[in-house]
Amino acid sequence: MGDGKAQHSTPNRHGYHAFQIGGFKFERDEYFAHISWPGGNHIMPVDKFLKALMRDVAWNFFYGVVNFDEVFGTTNHYGTVDVFAGLYNGGYRARNKHRMETFRSDEVRPVFEAMLDDWTIEGFDPFAAPEETGTAFGPKRGNNHAAVTRKRVVARRMVGLNDDTPLRGDESGFRVNRHFADVDQTEPEVHAEPGFENEVHAFNFFAYLSRSDVTWNPSITSVVKDSLVCPTTEEFVLPIIHGNDRVEWFVQLSDEIHWDVTDRETGAPRARVVMKAGDVAAMPADIRHQGFSPKRSMLLVWENADSELPELYAKKKLKPNPVDF
Amino acid sequence: MATYQTRFGSLQNFEKGGVEVINDDARNYAFSNLYEVAAAAEPYEKVAVGKNLKYVLEAIRAEGTSPWYTTSHDEAAIVMDGEIEIRLVKLEGKLVAEDHEGTTMLEGTPKGPKMGYIVARRGHMALLPKGAAYQFHAAKPGVILLQTIRGDLTVERWKDICQK
Ligand SMILES: [Fe+2]
Repeated sequence: MGDGKAQHSTPNRHGYHAFQIGGFKFERDEYFAHISWPGGNHIMPVDKFLKALMRDVAWNFFYGVVNFDEVFGTTNHYGTVDVFAGLYNGGYRARNKHRMETFRSDEVRPVFEAMLDDWTIEGFDPFAAPEETGTAFGPKRGNNHAAVTRKRVVARRMVGLNDDTPLRGDESGFRVNRHFADVDQTEPEVHAEPGFENEVHAFNFFAYLSRSDVTWNPSITSVVKDSLVCPTTEEFVLPIIHGNDRVEWFVQLSDEIHWDVTDRETGAPRARVVMKAGDVAAMPADIRHQGFSPKRSMLLVWENADSELPELYAKKKLKPNPVDF
Repeated sequence: MATYQTRFGSLQNFEKGGVEVINDDARNYAFSNLYEVAAAAEPYEKVAVGKNLKYVLEAIRAEGTSPWYTTSHDEAAIVMDGEIEIRLVKLEGKLVAEDHEGTTMLEGTPKGPKMGYIVARRGHMALLPKGAAYQFHAAKPGVILLQTIRGDLTVERWKDICQK
């Protein structure tokens, strides 16, 4: 297990601090994030890096592999997390150039949070679509603390119930997104007899999504045991390449998303999946995927949160495809 | 400023994408369209369009009045087309065992106090709470996407609904 301590340096000439976890060092300049480790270096456009880092932090390392790009990323083991370079890259693996270090999740999280906060400048929102945000580039200038510390919505039973995560409205600061101005905002008729007000429950789910102020950020809206409905609104490009550690499913609720699907281990192309409203598709347990949404769209991501699944798939006790026919 | 049109689907009007295979088998993606599935289904047939081990997403064609149902766990219904009334009754006593998962059909009209009713249209999500009985009614054909667990009433016909 590595040493998860952040390195608190004085800011560099661009005004940014450097960070370190174990052997991995992170620095930024005006345009790029520079990642280095004993025996290797990697460079990423800093907007791309911050958008990926934002998801990794907000999702607490999510399910499985969060590839920031073809080289750098994290793998969640739910308590520990692997930080890697080249681990899921055919070329790096062929020459044994990859590096992976395992940390306690609570060692990595504060370093990633501090880096995200320090490197995100005023006017840049890593969760926003490109048309909705200012630039990530340039010297250190202010911060966007409010944007990078948003809490992910995690309903325990269903959005809108008492003691559960609230609905969205103008009054709570969630305005209808410019791409969803035509989405009907009328609520369902709910007629509850006295005493059943918190069980007779319905809400306008599409209106709720039309008011999401973030992109590519699945939140939980309804729960049936380990079955989680995790809708999200998507615009432009998924800032990570998600490597599955279980099967996940997509239901396209509106508009259209194109998915590039590649091999989980090597990144070799396997398929493209084009999804339009009403389309349903599984993402098998042995792939990684990245989505492209030309217009802001509503996507229902459906997850099985059973904590035993990653090991069952890793040990091939479960097939990577969800159904045989 | 540009205006944007949000495209939803319906029984009458849906477009399908698909899997473009590069080096794979399209069946790995179990690709279907829930409107196409509901268009070809009998009223209130519960056709699985998603399955993650014991959990399912069912596409249900809502048309006319359904039987009464209950479950030992919550379910969530998303109306994907049409207007659907959901009637709820609190069940007196346990009609299904706590460990029996999936939707159970009840005989006739259940006994118990009325909990209320919901009128939901496309885009609305409704809770079907555990311990309640519920019935759907749709004057015109509609579509429900149901988040539940695979049960006695779940229909699986992947070969018919999925891209091969
Ligand atoms: Fe994913």
